[in-house]
Amino acid sequence: MKSYDVIVVGGGPGGYTAALYTARSGLSTLVLEKLSAGGQMATTSTIDNYPGFPDGVDGFDLGQQMEQQAQKYGAETIYGEVTGMDLHTEPKIIHSSEGDFAGRTVILATGAYPRELGISGEQELRGKGVAYCATCDGMMFRGKTVVVNGGGNTAVEDALYLSRLCAKVYLVHRRDQLRASAVYRKALDEQGVEIVWNSRVTALRKENRLTGVELENVKTGEKRELASDGIFVAIGRVPDTAMAAGQLELDQAGYIVADETCRTSVPGVFAVGDVRTKAVRQVVTAAADGANAAHFAEEYLMDHV
Amino acid sequence: MTPITITKENFDSEVLQSKLPVLVEFWAPWCGYCRRITPVLDQLAKQYDDQLVVGKVNIDEQPELEERFGVEIIPTLYLFRGGEASEPIVNPGSKAQIEAWAGL
Repeated sequence: MKSYDVIVVGGGPGGYTAALYTARSGLSTLVLEKLSAGGQMATTSTIDNYPGFPDGVDGFDLGQQMEQQAQKYGAETIYGEVTGMDLHTEPKIIHSSEGDFAGRTVILATGAYPRELGISGEQELRGKGVAYCATCDGMMFRGKTVVVNGGGNTAVEDALYLSRLCAKVYLVHRRDQLRASAVYRKALDEQGVEIVWNSRVTALRKENRLTGVELENVKTGEKRELASDGIFVAIGRVPDTAMAAGQLELDQAGYIVADETCRTSVPGVFAVGDVRTKAVRQVVTAAADGANAAHFAEEYLMDHV
Repeated sequence: MTPITITKENFDSEVLQSKLPVLVEFWAPWCGYCRRITPVLDQLAKQYDDQLVVGKVNIDEQPELEERFGVEIIPTLYLFRGGEASEPIVNPGSKAQIEAWAGL
């Protein structure tokens, strides 16, 4: 079995920053990435809030560059899907589609994926009107009517993006105000996005594909139908911790409990980026976690020679 | 081999009559998830050079092929063996998932 000082699970901005720092410190470093560099960031066409890029930067390109930068200092990447891990052994063992790997430390950078509605028909209508990524699937709804479900920055960004393509965009939110940044609110009005307050999606209407949604007013219980060709679900994210289930402490929402040092409840195991308990989940905070985790992983290795 | 561009003109010769199985991706330049699997498709084309051909259909340029296969969401992948299309896989989440689906 091949062994490393540091195994990073997940090749997003948190993972590759950690790998950059540990590799530069002369630690043997493996990044296990299931698809391609960048993580969620790689599906974002323009990132406007990562410092150093006044004209914005393409998320996919930034991911590729982070991979190359870590690689330049000796970090290795293997494209494998992690299927399980033993975090309490010495060394720790990571099981993957490309075989098993031993790591003296492990940095978990697995990120999060979109939360599902959890209602009937959602799975079979995936790709037939139910979507989770406006910049990915929006073009399929050119000139059509769509619903965006959610009230955070992702939902509002999706609604604005779709409003430039679609004939009509509804934004359905279960509260009476948005959690999104204030700067977006004016843009929504200007783009003619119709906001449906205090409502949740309770059913999907279909023939061969989605034809509409049933909404319930959470205050009055009143139901209404909305004809729609598509629904973009943007009701939050779920941390990807299944592969480490039961081996370290999670909070109630499923995030790995770790403070600024990125140390988890298991010595030698660190969590960075969106999968960690933290207030602000951004590319820049994920990258910052990577540097912190690398520092404390190095410290751990010096104490456990 | 690097992935080849599939059009309605070369579909018969490059895909249906290919001696090797052909993995065909329906994609478009504006599709974020398509870009994410691009490096994986490049790797597969290289890694399984003697077992597999990888082809790409740009749905913006090839609406006839998009319609013929009823592609509703991208990326959608088909595997053609001896001219027969497999069950497609839509927006695969990992390289391992594509390999398992393609029987590699």
